[in-house]
Amino acid sequence: MQNLITTEQLNSIKSEMKKKHRDLLVKRFFSNKLALFGSILMTVIVLLAIISPFFTSFTPYELDPVKRLQPPGAEHFFGTDNYGRDLFSRIVNGARVSLIIGFAVAIITSILGMIIGLYSAYYKKLDGVLMRISDGLMAFPAILLAIAIMASLGPRLENVIIALVIVFTPSVARTVRSAALVVKEQTYVEALKAQGASASRIIWLNIATNVLSPLIVQATFIFADSIIIEAALSFLGAGIPAPDPSWGNLLYDGKTVIFNAWWMTLFPGIAIMLSVFGLNLFGDGLRDLLDPHTNKAKK
Amino acid sequence: MSDLLLEVKNLKVHFDTENGRVTAVDDVSFSVKQGETVGVVGESGCGKSVTAESILRLLDEKHTNYEGNIFFQEKDILRFRYSELQKLRGNDISMIFQDPMSSLNPVYTVGNQIVEALLLHQNLTKKEAEEKAVDMLRLTGIPLPEKRVNEYPHELSGGMRQRVMIAMALSCKPKLLIADEPTTALDVTIQSQILDLIKDLKDEFNMGTIMITHDLGVVAEVCTKVVVMYLGQVIEEASVESIFSSPLHPYTQGLLKSIPHIEGPRDEKLYVIEGKVPTLNQIPPGCRFAPRCEFATNLCKTEKPQLDSYENDRKVRCWHFKEIQEKGGVMNGIRNESDKVTS
Amino acid sequence: MKGYILRRLLSLIPVLFVVAVVVFLLMHITPGDPAAVILGPEASPNEIAELREALGLNRPVTEQFVSWFGGVLQGDLGNSIFMKQPVLQAFFEHLGPTLSLAIMAQILAIVVAIPLGILAAKFRGSILDQTFMGISLLGISVPSFLLGLFLILLVGVELKWLPVAGYKPLNDGLWNHIKYLILPAIALGSMQAALIARMTRSSMLDVLNANYIKTARSKGVKESLIVIKHTLRNAFIPILTIIGHTFGTLVAGAAVVETVFNIPGIGQLIINSVERRDFAVIQGSVLLIAVSYVLINLVIDLLYGVIDPRVRLGRK
Repeated sequence: MQNLITTEQLNSIKSEMKKKHRDLLVKRFFSNKLALFGSILMTVIVLLAIISPFFTSFTPYELDPVKRLQPPGAEHFFGTDNYGRDLFSRIVNGARVSLIIGFAVAIITSILGMIIGLYSAYYKKLDGVLMRISDGLMAFPAILLAIAIMASLGPRLENVIIALVIVFTPSVARTVRSAALVVKEQTYVEALKAQGASASRIIWLNIATNVLSPLIVQATFIFADSIIIEAALSFLGAGIPAPDPSWGNLLYDGKTVIFNAWWMTLFPGIAIMLSVFGLNLFGDGLRDLLDPHTNKAKK
Repeated sequence: MSDLLLEVKNLKVHFDTENGRVTAVDDVSFSVKQGETVGVVGESGCGKSVTAESILRLLDEKHTNYEGNIFFQEKDILRFRYSELQKLRGNDISMIFQDPMSSLNPVYTVGNQIVEALLLHQNLTKKEAEEKAVDMLRLTGIPLPEKRVNEYPHELSGGMRQRVMIAMALSCKPKLLIADEPTTALDVTIQSQILDLIKDLKDEFNMGTIMITHDLGVVAEVCTKVVVMYLGQVIEEASVESIFSSPLHPYTQGLLKSIPHIEGPRDEKLYVIEGKVPTLNQIPPGCRFAPRCEFATNLCKTEKPQLDSYENDRKVRCWHFKEIQEKGGVMNGIRNESDKVTS
Repeated sequence: MKGYILRRLLSLIPVLFVVAVVVFLLMHITPGDPAAVILGPEASPNEIAELREALGLNRPVTEQFVSWFGGVLQGDLGNSIFMKQPVLQAFFEHLGPTLSLAIMAQILAIVVAIPLGILAAKFRGSILDQTFMGISLLGISVPSFLLGLFLILLVGVELKWLPVAGYKPLNDGLWNHIKYLILPAIALGSMQAALIARMTRSSMLDVLNANYIKTARSKGVKESLIVIKHTLRNAFIPILTIIGHTFGTLVAGAAVVETVFNIPGIGQLIINSVERRDFAVIQGSVLLIAVSYVLINLVIDLLYGVIDPRVRLGRK
């Protein structure tokens, strides 16, 4: 019996369908106003973080004791802090720190979480052990665990990333595992097994691709949470060490003079709020797009 | 005409949706006498459930508009204040629904839910109501009702849950029972048990009954009169014998012909009515069935037929039903009524 | 029901064990010598060696764990180096303010969020609802310590209505006690309130659309009773989940909020200990908090059994 279509034809149909699917997703995403707003917000912040250091006239470390605690004005957009450093440049550089940390944590937890989650879902014996461990880790409120880890490791940017990765990976692993279990139960996986496909092939080529949607959504929220927790850690003195600028550090400096220098609290605070808000909107939009069955409330 | 229980007159039901106003029920009329069982038949989306729920106004009050009248014992209940309607519900008019699992509250015992109906409408003490609840469960054929009354819906089987629904609906001895696809969600063997139960009880209580269904087998079992709906309108009304022996409307004929039968040549292709049901915002001009009708003429495509009376108690909404009858209709190869239809 | 309780209790044991291991490991992943870190850069090698011996750091790791864990099971969490008292004692001395704060924040969150969520569900699509969704989204985006700082700016600096720092224990009078906790409780509870309100709204909407609500209406049940009796109990299950899951974050957030408002609770205890490298206190406090979190989740799970008979009796 002759083949009805050639392999090339099949492949071109497949890629055409994929392209149509992608276009549909993009179109739907842009019609979701909130998600759009969130992405614009995020893009603006990221751009500011990348470009501004070239535009600001002051570095974040420049001390100028004469001009300390000046309110926002022409020379210093956001005013100066208690050492006379320019607040605007410190905020912008703090943005880089927060974004780098958030991004790194999101990526690393996604990769680790995916590996752990997928293998847990596939191998029952591994599952018992790994899930007990992640239950144990999730028994700690996030920020407490982060504080404790930072207390051991010492305040450094790299350690913040490590601490946050330890804190967030278990929940990513759980999400991936749940999604993978759903896929695994579906009959086409049975069929693949019957055909003799190897475990790695089944896991990586088939189950993994289906797990991506909830993973991406969660990664966005982890990005947002990382920003919050890093700020809290730095605020408490257990995060990025002074004098490096971090939004949390700025808030700490601001608190000591809160009754005299409102700008030192307001501007870093708004920066945090906008970034997290933008990411949350973006994440909500992504979730409506990719995973419409989940609850409307976050997490 | 005091045994005329319910008269639905020119009922229209409009919904306000994101896409504008949608008319799900467009000028539907029929009546139910005491002791009569009227079947309302049609495909999904024809408006039969909306019609049924309109009687007790169970639709979203904010986004639903009604026109026409619904007379229950000669009073227009469509115009009742909501609080007066609540007195009728579960009391003079009761309803049972399609999926008994999702139609019973999972966190209260079945006894509790029956007692609730009783205490709402009857002057009983809690103890009396509880005893009555057990009686109702016994009446609907549930074994060991004293035990069952304290169980939760998820502990019962599908058939038993539906019996509970029936017990609950009949607990206040309603005059009219509306049954919306009561057997659709059940296994086939249970289906016939439940239908038998409904038949017995409706006779015992001498109720008028409206049976909503898409299953012609159910109609043949239980109904005395049949109303066929399509896309929000009534397109034929007749006694059950007439419907099966000589259906007039091409749609009804198509429905009957679509039923595969056990006897007959084995290589005969299954009959399917051509085309599919349009959505409510794409209603065809003229006769709504015209796009799918093999007898459609230009008249059918442009002018809307009215619901005309025929012979004594038949109604049909078709320009050409007489000629179609002469031609033998869609029903080449129809069986007679004595061959019971298998569901 | 008893079987359910027993099962839940048994499943706790491996989790608690992992918690203990994690806490133990935390203190041993310090790069370098813990004793040297504790004593600081000026300590002499002798002092460091002495401390190492005293802390038992020269013994093999497993032995250290067993002896530490054994101590924990007997209630001995070690001693604070700086405060010269047992960790357990230090913990309980600081517990009062944190508990007051957490409870106030939780009550505030529930009392505000649930009615708002119910109203938003009832008036779905209206301006009220949309405003609600906007504000709640904002609420999720502002971390509690930041809100605390903003509140201090607004209320303390500008409006001067309430005190912004310090703490008065209950003995000083109820209003005095509460006065100092209002702003912190609002700061702490807002994020949780936003989450609870959103979940209440969506859960109510889900239930209101359920078939059994239609059945209840068809029996003639009055609208108010439909909401209270039929809807709320079913809707409450996911709401309870959210309350449970976010309570841990609430307690953790208390740590940071206490620092903002100078409240001498567990949070301050931990932060100060981090600064002073008082490892025993950090270890003990984190362990106690994690254990209480696990127990609270257990209580919430048991509450499910009370509310939802399907959980209690097992699904068919």
